[in-house]
Formats: sequence, C-alpha cells, structure tokens
Amino acid sequence: MEAVIATLVVVAVIGVPALLLRRVLRGRRDLGGPVDRATFETLHTASLAAPPLRSGLTAQGAEKAARHLGVLLGQAALAITNAEELLAWEGAGGHHAQAALDHAKDTLAGGRTRVLGPDVVACGDLDCPVRHAIVVPLTTDDRVVGTLTAYGTQASAGLVRAAEEVGRWVDAQLELADLDRSRTLLMEAEVRALRAQISPHFIYNSLTTIASFVRTDPERARELLLEFADFTRYSFRRHGDFTTLAEELRSIDRYLLLERARFGDDLHVTLRIAPEVLPVAVPFLCVQPLVENAVRHGLEGKPGPGRITILAEDGGAECVISVEDDGVGMDPDRMRRVLAGEARSGAGIGLANVDERQRQVYGDAYGLVVETAEGAGMKVSLRVPKYRPGVSAT
Amino acid sequence: MSLAAVVLVVVATVSIGTFGLRLSRTTSDFYVASRTVSPLWNASAIGGEYLSAASFLGIAGLILAYGADMLWLPVGWTGGYLVLLVLVSAPLRRSGAYTLPDFAEARLESMRVRRAASVLVVLIGWFYLMPQFQSAGLVLRTLTGAPVWAGGLLVAVVVVVNVLSGGMRSITFVQAFQYWLKLTALAVPVIFLLLAWRGDGMPGITDQQWLVPLAGTREHPVYATYSVILATFLGTMGLPHVLVRFYTNPDGRAARRTTLVVLGLLGAFYLLPALYGALGRIYAPDLLVSGHGDAVVLTLPERVVGGALGDLLGALVTGGAFAAFLSTSSGLTVSVAGVIAQDILHGGVRSFRVATVLAVAMPLMLATMARALPVADVVGLAFAVAASTFCPLLVLGIWWRRLTDAGALAGLLVSGGLACTAVMWTIVSGPLRGWPGVLLAQPAAWTVPIAFGVMVVVSLLTPGRVPAGVARTMVRLHAPETLDVDRGDWHPRGGA
Repeated sequence: MEAVIATLVVVAVIGVPALLLRRVLRGRRDLGGPVDRATFETLHTASLAAPPLRSGLTAQGAEKAARHLGVLLGQAALAITNAEELLAWEGAGGHHAQAALDHAKDTLAGGRTRVLGPDVVACGDLDCPVRHAIVVPLTTDDRVVGTLTAYGTQASAGLVRAAEEVGRWVDAQLELADLDRSRTLLMEAEVRALRAQISPHFIYNSLTTIASFVRTDPERARELLLEFADFTRYSFRRHGDFTTLAEELRSIDRYLLLERARFGDDLHVTLRIAPEVLPVAVPFLCVQPLVENAVRHGLEGKPGPGRITILAEDGGAECVISVEDDGVGMDPDRMRRVLAGEARSGAGIGLANVDERQRQVYGDAYGLVVETAEGAGMKVSLRVPKYRPGVSAT
Repeated sequence: MSLAAVVLVVVATVSIGTFGLRLSRTTSDFYVASRTVSPLWNASAIGGEYLSAASFLGIAGLILAYGADMLWLPVGWTGGYLVLLVLVSAPLRRSGAYTLPDFAEARLESMRVRRAASVLVVLIGWFYLMPQFQSAGLVLRTLTGAPVWAGGLLVAVVVVVNVLSGGMRSITFVQAFQYWLKLTALAVPVIFLLLAWRGDGMPGITDQQWLVPLAGTREHPVYATYSVILATFLGTMGLPHVLVRFYTNPDGRAARRTTLVVLGLLGAFYLLPALYGALGRIYAPDLLVSGHGDAVVLTLPERVVGGALGDLLGALVTGGAFAAFLSTSSGLTVSVAGVIAQDILHGGVRSFRVATVLAVAMPLMLATMARALPVADVVGLAFAVAASTFCPLLVLGIWWRRLTDAGALAGLLVSGGLACTAVMWTIVSGPLRGWPGVLLAQPAAWTVPIAFGVMVVVSLLTPGRVPAGVARTMVRLHAPETLDVDRGDWHPRGGA
C-alpha cells in the first residue's frame, strides 16, 4: 500500500516539473534569430493587448491594455482617455495623471495627432521622465472616442509615427469591439424576432370550430372560447424569452384541446413526463410548434386516427424532450433543406424556427434532431440544459 | 432468505426506475402530468438518496462501540438540513443552478471557480461512494462468505447498468420508494426486538464509559465531538447528490417546505439506529471484539428474536441495507457522472456513459485498497471535505456580496486541499496517535474556519474582482418569485 502511494508521489513530483520544463525549452527552441525574436515579441505583446480592448474603451480594459502597449512603445509613461476622463495611466510620473485629460483636449476636439513640449508637460522635478507628450486620437467610424498619449523625455519623428501606428492598431481593436457588440445585439434581436408566432391557420380553424358549437352546444363553445383566450394570452405575452416546461405543457394542453374539438376522437395523445424536468427553463414556445407541426403536417394528411406522443425525460444535467407522431412523415432530404433555412414556407417551418433559437441560445450541439421518412411518421427531439448562465424562466 | 431479499430489492429498484415513469404518467391528462412533485414526495426522495450505508448500518455500529458521543452523528446528519433550510435552500433554488459548479458559475461568473468546484464534487462523490462499496462487501460476506470486494462490485455493476439503461429517469419515485423501504426495514424489526427485550426482563447497560458523554475511549473526545458537529451540520449542504434534488422543486418556497419535511423524515429515521446500537451493546458485544461493529443491525434480529421470524426480519434488514447502498450510490453516481461529463469531458450522451463508468470505477478501486474503517467514519470524512469547501462557498456566496472569484478559488483550493489530504491520509495510511491522529481523522474543526478565513481575507484583498452582476444575482437569489423585479435577462454568448 505504502509503496503504491510512494510511487504515485514520486511520479507526480518528478513528472509535473519535467513536463513544464519541456514546454519551456521547446518554446525557446522554436524561435530563430534576433530579428525573428523581436518580431515575435512585438506580435505577442500586441496579441496580449488585444483581448482587454475587445470589450470596448472601458477603464478595466484600458488599464490591462495600457500595460502591454507601454511595453510596445517603450516610453516612460502611457495614458489612455476616452472623451470625458482618464481611463488608465501606465508607467512613471503618476503625478501627471490629472493633467492627462488637459493634454488630450485639443486632440479630442480636432482629431489630429499633437506633440506637446516641456512647456506644457514638464513639472518642477528635473528627474521626472515625463517631459514630452505625443497625443494620438482613437477613432471609430470617423468619430474621436478617446486618446492615447505617450510620455517621454523626447519626441522624435520616429516615435510619433510609432505612436500613430499603435493608435491605429487600437482603433482596429475598438472597431472589432463595436462589431462584437452589434453582433450580440443582432443575435438578441434575431432570437426575439424568431419567437414563434401562432399561425393564422390555427386561429381561423379554432374560431370556425368554436362557431360550429355555438348553436349545438353553447356550453362547450364557451369553454373552448375561454381556452382559446388563455392560449392566446400565453402566446402573445411580451416579457421574457424563457418559461418553465410546466407552463409550456399547459399551453400545449390548451392547444390540443382546441385541436381535439376539431378532430374529434381521431387524435390520441400520450404523455410521459418526468416530474424532475418540469421546472426546467426552456425557450418560450419551443415545444408547442413541434406539437403543432405533428398535428398539421403529420396527422392532418393522414386518414383515420392518429397518435402523438410527448416525452420529457430527465437526462442528468439535461432534459430531453421529444414529440412523435405516426402521421405521413416527410422526405428526409426535404426536412434537411427546411432546417437549413432553404425553404421559406410549408411543412416544418415551425421546426426550423425552434431549431434556430435552440442553437442561438444553447449552441450548435443543442439543435433539433428529426427522425422521419415518408409514410413513417416523425420524431423530433431536443435537449435543453437544466442550467445556463442568464437563462431563467420569468 | 436474506439473499432473496437482496435480489428482490435490486429487482424492485430497477423496475420502478424503468416502469415508474410509464405507470404513473402515461395519461392524456395534462393536469396530472404537468403537476410538479409535492414536497412530501420530493422530501422522501431526498431522504432516500441521503440515507446511505453509513446511516443504515454505520451509526448503530459506532454507537455500539463508543456510546453516547456517537449520537452526535445522527443529530448532525439531520441538523445539517436545518442549516440548509435557514441559509441555503430557497436562494439556491432561485439561482436556477442544478449542480454546485452551476451555482459557482452563476454567482461568481468565473469558469475557474466552476472547474475547481467540479473537481471537488467529483472528489466528495468518490469519498462518499467508497464506503458504500466497502460496506456492501461486508454485508455480502456476512451473508454468503463471498470475498469483500464482491459485494462492492455487485452494487457497482447494478448501479452502472441501472444508470446507463435509463433506470434513473424517474429518479424521484425510485428514491422516494427507497426511503420508505429503509424506514420500514429498520422500524418493523425494532418493534420485535423491543418486544423480545421486554420479554427478557429489560436488561440495562451499566458501563459508565459507554453511557456518559465524553467519557469514552476515543482520544480528545471534546475536540472530536465539536469537529463532528461542524462537519455534519455544515457538510450536508455541500453534498452533490442532495442539492440536485432541490432542483425538482418549482420555486424557493417549495424548496423550503421540502427541507422542512426532510427534517421530519430524517428525524424519524435516525431514532432507530440508536436503538439498534443500544440493543447491540446488550446482546451482541462480541461484534466489537471481532471488529465487525457495522454488522450489528444485520445480526440483531436473528440473535434476539430468532427462529423463522428472526430470519424474516433479518432478510428485511438486509434488503434495507442493499436499498441504502443502491439508492445513495445511484444518486451519487448520476451526480458525479453528470459533472464529469459536463465539465471534464465534452458533454453529451456518450461522455455521460464514459463518465458513469469513471464515477464508479475510481471509488471501487479505492474501496479495495483502503483500510477497513467504520463506514460512518469515512462518510464523515466526505462531510468534512464538503463542509470545508462548499459550505463557505454557498453561505458566503448567498449572504455576502463582497465575495470575489479569487477569494472563492483560494478558499476552495486551500481548505479543499487540506481536507482532502487529511482524508487520504486517514483512508490509506495507518492511524497516528495523539493530536496529529485526531486532527487528521476529524479535520473539520480546523479546515472549516480556515476555509471561511481564506475566502473572506482574499476577497477583501481583491475588491476589484467582485463580479459585475452581483447586485442582479443577489436580487435573483433573495427576491421571492412572486415579486415583479428585474432579475436580469439572457444575452447571447460573448455578449455584454
């Protein structure tokens, strides 16, 4: 026993440092001559400065980026401001920090690079390295959003060019950050736009069915009308992108009640629901379209009675939902085209919509899985993680 | 006959798991199907999953050996739910987190803390599974004389097959059934035992060392007792298989109610092992000499009642013991495998299968390697690790807004590392004498304060790292669901 433990400890004690050492040595070996190394160092420093800037011009990001940009320029100090305030001061002469925004004022107004001499910058301390300043504007979409200032003992033409280049590089990063932000907004807008809408067919069909009962069975008509009202209230609600699976099932219940009024006894529904998954937060209206698809495209075209099986199972950290019908099914290739977004109308559009939203919210691994063939019914399954940051039923 | 009982329990467990869903929920009645589980069902399920071999066999064995001091174990294992009820249950449910790593990520917005939490979940799960397998081995040996590893292997195989074939799909019903089975298996024999004891002229116990608290033969009993109290009261909230069951509650209020019912159910159950321990002291003190204290619950019915009735009661108890192994092991395996699959492998169905095997294989190996310690002691160690890692994470995370990711990570690593080292030392290596031995065998009293201290100090030193969304998170954790407040919204990946 002790021998086993001792061996394990020895392996760990020797193995881990050995692996680390190998990594470090290999890293060294790959670099070539001094020029290669200098290029590598510059690019590496630049790549280190990039991620903090990707969240835009914030104090936190600017502070982190300034550290690396300072190394890149090799000057005594470096300041980054936005249009209103100083975001970061990196390097020596911290007592100049309050003046940084003053130095940047003209550049912020005019949008041009300015070089400031000791008459403006220097302080009483003769040893202070902050004597000259090169102020470079940071622009996005031709608008000055901030400045980058390099402070040093001198300001040569070469330095000015270098500072301008660094400024331009920061511009590019900030533009990327802007792009990121708009992409995020786009995705959010897309998901909200994709929020399934109840089909006009269904409204029309429900109302005509209810109308047919008004004379013969007024009580039934009243009940159906109330169910219809509840269903529409749920489907038209404005707030929240998520709901619980229990709520979603209740909405499906109302939907099927209305459909059954139309189909009569030809529509059989089987439910198998694990109670563990009822509180799971799911995208709003992510199961109802699957059921609607099964009814409208699976069973409507089929003579005789049809059966729909709705399953919600517990799968560890996920919940597995599937909707199966024994209707007419669909050509798999056509289904594939519909899910790929190539067909804009007809059967399966509701599925494509749910698929798209699932992928947006949970990632590509969580798209719909459709098993179907012509005349063989259709089974649509989806997985929903029980927890995802930010996702909660409201 | 006992063997038949074991087979019966295994078959019942597997079939309820497989068909329970079909029987109870095959209906076109949406109202029935979409109704959430009632607090009583849910509490039974938590109880079923929670009452392990340590509770069913171990406590009685320890009481038999050490007397009154050991009563703190059942008290603490129940009292843990009181702390859980007051401090954790409702906010945790409202956080929407399913596992402990989920909570870490939701609260601290850091993948690093999440990963550290995942590793700790796996370790705690393994420490908890190991003694289950060990005592399964003990029971099977008592029954059939099979080698010690055989029982553990049997339970492991049943659990893996059951989990992989989807038998844990209706986990709430399986576990709820197991609770009532375990309660019956201890409560019915105890009635007959007490009757026989009365018929016997009610012999008493005169051993003062056994009867009087803190007078036993254990070293440094005061320290050890306080350490047990800390570990059990604070460790319950950090057990991975307990917390996932709270997710089944529809909201925070239901989570509190469930916890309250759990307190009642466990309180009722834990009265029984103490009785077995005391009766064992009268009728089976020889078990102590042979070092098989954990077998006292199994041995008593035959010895005291005897005859065909004794055999029948013995079979009932043995069946209950196997229910305990199966339910706790299955629950732990599902939780541990879920975390391994999600955070260490890629996720998805296939990695869950691989993870299930991993989750069981490691503790099975440990069980064959480790020393034969009393089962309740080893489970107590798992509680100590949970108490010194997840308890501070949950309590500070829920009630202190200045907790930072750096603080949480430092606390988890430092005290988790210390506690795990102590546990490994106790399990694998020989016992030390004197203070070092006690400190290692009951680490909670020093690791829990260290954990809280490190988390608080490092958090205070890194005030800039307080998560950006802490105010939002706190609103979500503490505002009742019926309040219409802004709980934040979902944003696409990589979004602001």
